Amino acid sequence: MSDYILDARGIRKSFGGVKALKGVDLSIRRGEIHCLAGENGCGKSTLIKVISGFYEADGGQFALDGESFTKIAPAEAIRRGLQVIYQDFSVFPNLSVMENLAFNMELMKGHRLVNRKRMRHIAEEAISRINFEVDLDERVENLPVADKQLIAISRALLYDARLIIMDEPTTALTKKEVRSLFDLIRKLQAQGISILFVSHKLDEVFEISEGYTILRNGQNVAHGDTKDLDAKKFAYHMTGREFAEETFQPQIVESNPVVSARGLSSYGAYSHVDFDLHPGEILGITGLLGSGRTELVQTLFGLQTHDEGQLLFEGKEVRFTNVKQAVEKGVGYVAEDRLTEGLFLPQSITLNTIVSHLDDLCSKTGFLDQSQVNTEVNHWIQELSVAASDPQQPVQTLSGGNQQKVVLARWLANDLKVLILNGPTVGVDIGSKYDIHSLLRRLAHAGLAIIVISDDLPEIRATCSRVLVMRDGSIIAEANPATTSEARLGELITGQA
Amino acid sequence: MTLLNEKQSPLARFVARDPNLFRLIIMLVAVFAVMGALRPTIFLRPSNLVSMAKQFPEYGIMAIGISICMITGGIDLAVVGTANLAAITTARFLIASVPKGSPGGYTLSMILMGILIALTVGALCGALSGWLISRFRIPPILATLGTHQLFTGLAIVITEGRPVSGLPILFSRLGNKTLAGFLPVPLLLYALAAIIIGIMLSKTRFGKQVYLVGTNATAARFAGLNVKNIIMRTYVTSGMLASLSGLIMMARVNSAKADYGASYTLQCVLIAVLGGVNPDGGFGTVGGVTVAVVILQLLSSGLNMFENVSNFYRDVIWGGVLITVLITNHYLTEHKRRKALKSASEGCGAPWGNLGGVAPPGST
Repeated sequence: MSDYILDARGIRKSFGGVKALKGVDLSIRRGEIHCLAGENGCGKSTLIKVISGFYEADGGQFALDGESFTKIAPAEAIRRGLQVIYQDFSVFPNLSVMENLAFNMELMKGHRLVNRKRMRHIAEEAISRINFEVDLDERVENLPVADKQLIAISRALLYDARLIIMDEPTTALTKKEVRSLFDLIRKLQAQGISILFVSHKLDEVFEISEGYTILRNGQNVAHGDTKDLDAKKFAYHMTGREFAEETFQPQIVESNPVVSARGLSSYGAYSHVDFDLHPGEILGITGLLGSGRTELVQTLFGLQTHDEGQLLFEGKEVRFTNVKQAVEKGVGYVAEDRLTEGLFLPQSITLNTIVSHLDDLCSKTGFLDQSQVNTEVNHWIQELSVAASDPQQPVQTLSGGNQQKVVLARWLANDLKVLILNGPTVGVDIGSKYDIHSLLRRLAHAGLAIIVISDDLPEIRATCSRVLVMRDGSIIAEANPATTSEARLGELITGQA
Repeated sequence: MTLLNEKQSPLARFVARDPNLFRLIIMLVAVFAVMGALRPTIFLRPSNLVSMAKQFPEYGIMAIGISICMITGGIDLAVVGTANLAAITTARFLIASVPKGSPGGYTLSMILMGILIALTVGALCGALSGWLISRFRIPPILATLGTHQLFTGLAIVITEGRPVSGLPILFSRLGNKTLAGFLPVPLLLYALAAIIIGIMLSKTRFGKQVYLVGTNATAARFAGLNVKNIIMRTYVTSGMLASLSGLIMMARVNSAKADYGASYTLQCVLIAVLGGVNPDGGFGTVGGVTVAVVILQLLSSGLNMFENVSNFYRDVIWGGVLITVLITNHYLTEHKRRKALKSASEGCGAPWGNLGGVAPPGST
């Protein structure tokens, strides 16, 4: 038997005239945790889809569990022990845990009638393999993300999986959940199962994987043992660029705060929050999902209202009841979920940029000044180096990083005093992330007050001059990111030493 | 990707900017040519062309109203109910205020008043639909089905189901006039409505907001747009357009009734979709809708000229057209999506900066 559960050689795949994979190799030993890394669009997903039989390769071959293929049917791939857990976990939110676990098995076996007893039996077996405790009758939509993932994993194990591919499994997880996922991955490894971990998060790659393969632009650029890799090399392989590590030193911080919160509370979200935000500084807010951090900043932007306490804007008490009031005061908000809350995906870069200050671009009668619109949009495309061929191009054709730049352009085009970014670089490639960080530092130097919400601790260190840690709706600590270690910050966030 | 290149011919630029409109115009020319070739003596007669131009405005204007609602991601199924309620109110007003033998100047001023009343009723009807949708988040299809039923019901109660007739003769004379021998008043009104709404959608703040809300209402709220207000104004506009249609119908048949034009609702939805309005919201133009209206009018007038094709076939043909259009749209979006993916993956490997201003291959 071959040492390799998967050994792919020279895989090529084109779409139309576009070469997505230009002869890629990927080998995973039995029982190995292997990381496949690369920026968005480098061919990671295409490669996975070729191996799992979703696409047929144009060239090359791969051996799966000792058997050679040039193409494979999805059912055959499953029989060979391959399971893919996609980012959305492919669960049915409206069905119960039991149904989610047992349905595929029932269908595969060709049972025509539903037998709840048999299904319960299958489901119990599935969760017992990973000691996952969950109410089998709960509807999946009511479960936290981490549990949905565990359902997907237990379902995969039902098929006697020998290679599990996890596509960016940590995207929606908290630190704690990531840790328990990693424990689980190690347990699976101990049972002889190989894991292909697809990620572009450096710290995770270092923590979990033994071997790595990095793709760039449809080609292999590096592979080897993770222990020989360091952060700098990793970033270089991913992007082909060299990055210097930077931190933020505020230059002129004005003494009068632009925003102050005094005993600010919103029932069920956060309570008795006090802080000041000064022009020229970048204030970090970190904490787990559900710590109240999103609700707090949404209050500053008029998406929520506070129930108690005072919110002061330039010394005057305010209470924003809608977004427009906040925008008129000069607040901008880069939302957590760019795709659903931030962008109008099929619309043009132009429309996405001008949406929040149509008033300034219109005459009194409401007619748009087209030449002013063009000048402005072109200015921001250049200023933020958005990679686009035409301002009329739909935003959905841009990469994540360029999309985020368009959202930033929208707010910067306003006469901004406060910019709030909720997860400024989630799903953004390393190159654009670096660009966005240096842009934020530049803006702060120019006198803008910025709030960055992030659980990416290196990001907080790279951008913030102060960081507030939130837990269960309260600010429990303020720290200086330059002098506080990531480990200490992590402890503060979770409340566990 | 539509990169407008200076070197392209004006036609190529037009096609690149709005391929859908171009396809529709080709279709229009084709239908016209086929009908003209098969029945040249009847179809191409000026009187036939003028009669077609008198027929389509009444539902064409409603179709524009439905279209702007569809661009916001909704729909207005209450247009016909609104049109009839507005017409009946105006008819009642005119009958009461203009006794037989009134002087022409007085009658004319009352007619103008009546038009204002109709537009007000239309605006109120639209406001009710818009309020239900924006305040209570009732799905537009249900909210306007409800208001349609309500308006039609009110109209029946007011009229006891009978037609309201005995209008001042001047009203239908005005409404059926053909200016300069070729320009029927209904067509003029349609053109006016189309130009105003067309400019509103493409050149004004409100128009852009309509497209943005239709694309993603959550993102619109996060961007500081007043989504409720925008939706409200859209349905008010649709209601006013519908009341204008009601007046045209009233002039044509010289009476008003609770159930005139009952078949127009779905016909208008068909026109909107054929005209390239995306039922999911965010896309559509008045130009496209206008060409679609004319295509359908040519089809139905053309079919009337074949004695052996029963009028009953009309619905079959229109249904067939709608389904064909929906299927074509499906394939076109697929094609566009793949092209977009292709150009996006061509940017791979150089995701920032150095692509600025340079078109990827295949985009010209």
